Amino acid sequence: MNAAKGELSSFVEGMGRVALLACEVVRSIFSVRLNWAEFMKQMHFIGLKSQFVVLTTGASTGMVFCAQTFYQFHKVKMDTATLGVVGVAMTSELGPVLAGLMVAGRVGAAMTAELGTMRVTEQIDALRTMATHPVDHLVVPRVLATLISMPLLTILAWATGIFAAMILAGSLLGVETAFSLKHMYFYADEEDILMGVIKALVFGLLISLISCYRGLNCGNGAEGVGRATNEAVVHSCIAILVSNFFLTLFLRALLYQG
Amino acid sequence: MMIEVSQIKKSFGDQVVLNSVSFSVKEGESVAIIGRSGTGKSVLIKHLVGLLSPDEGSVRVDGQDLVGMTERQLLGVRQKFGMLFQSAALFDSMSVHDNIAFPLRRSGVTEVAEIDRRVEEVLGLVELPGVGGKMPSELSGGMQKRVGLARAIVHRPQIILYDEPTTGLDPVVADSIDQLMMRVRDHYKVTSIVITHDMRCARRMGQRIIYLRDGQVYLDALADEVFNSNDPQVARFIRGEADLKEADFS
Repeated sequence: MNAAKGELSSFVEGMGRVALLACEVVRSIFSVRLNWAEFMKQMHFIGLKSQFVVLTTGASTGMVFCAQTFYQFHKVKMDTATLGVVGVAMTSELGPVLAGLMVAGRVGAAMTAELGTMRVTEQIDALRTMATHPVDHLVVPRVLATLISMPLLTILAWATGIFAAMILAGSLLGVETAFSLKHMYFYADEEDILMGVIKALVFGLLISLISCYRGLNCGNGAEGVGRATNEAVVHSCIAILVSNFFLTLFLRALLYQG
Repeated sequence: MMIEVSQIKKSFGDQVVLNSVSFSVKEGESVAIIGRSGTGKSVLIKHLVGLLSPDEGSVRVDGQDLVGMTERQLLGVRQKFGMLFQSAALFDSMSVHDNIAFPLRRSGVTEVAEIDRRVEEVLGLVELPGVGGKMPSELSGGMQKRVGLARAIVHRPQIILYDEPTTGLDPVVADSIDQLMMRVRDHYKVTSIVITHDMRCARRMGQRIIYLRDGQVYLDALADEVFNSNDPQVARFIRGEADLKEADFS
């Protein structure tokens, strides 16, 4: 019980410090020139190199979700509504959440490990002695690159998920593709797409801030870097799952007023 | 006074590392801070450049008190400093050239030809011409220290801090680093502060020696006085002799 309390208190305190880091990032974005070389490097690493894992996750989830939905709907002869459910779920929920979890695991861990290693080998201190703020040089390019990459990766996840589901439904499950697509267009609105994009932006912000914070504040030695990397991934995933619930309620109230 | 440290205290948890440390360094002076491992030498040097903030006391650089300054305010003060870290602390994602060019670019030099010229100039000074294209991982420990030194001096700082510059190097390489530091001191006429427990390095670099013991300044005197001291604590430390009664085997 005490351990759980301690863990919760550490998580909440950490999130407070992450919020302070976010303020410093905003200040830096508006007052310091962007380190373009680092930004482009991060765009390549986060945006381009995450495509394979996001694409695989999206396609796999789309197909599994399509198959499970079809088997249930088939009992009540609603086969052609399958893609409608897949479309809504992929755009507003599964796409951003799964892309977020994949990026947290792949990119967040790498960010924390890199910054943590820089910290324990005194490279961060060296940066500071050379009159360079670590937030300007290291954090801002990573946050901006994640913010830009996450919505694009999310769109990739849901596009491959829906496409894979459509192929599966049309070819193996015998669902009439034209009717299925019509139902999908009917049920999946632009609000679902907008909700997915907004969630992706929030998740990108959370992943990059939590990972950078953990890296910059990791303990000493290899053990400190390992622990910080572990915490970064766990806390990013928790933050994604918890914020997803509140974002769903908030965005649904905001976007679906009509 | 260029640097004035006044009554600083620093603890990490229950462990008191620095306890009322005071000293000052004049412009152009070369000071060696010596003491056993764990006496707070590295913690002290980090206070001088604002990497750590004391629990009590003040650190003044050119009259500006670093205590209470924000990280962004400290950036301006740090432009006066160059620092060679114990581990060299080269950026492992950048080539040697880019490592050395980094402080130049940060200080506003943008012309590529000027950056290249100055990088080659300092690489020549540390006797490593032509290694600019290599990555830090391709260099030996001694070469990394030399590159670290080149990076510390390239933007011509007013004060250079050396944190254990010869630790972990063989005697021949350590000798070459000593000679390079002396060359830099005499060539650029900079204020130098060396943290070391290498007595040869302290003797060569320190016009004045500060002996730290148990987180306090035990002795602050001219190099000759320290090296000829009759104080048993100081003499034993300089000769490198352990006092088994107080040896810490923990």
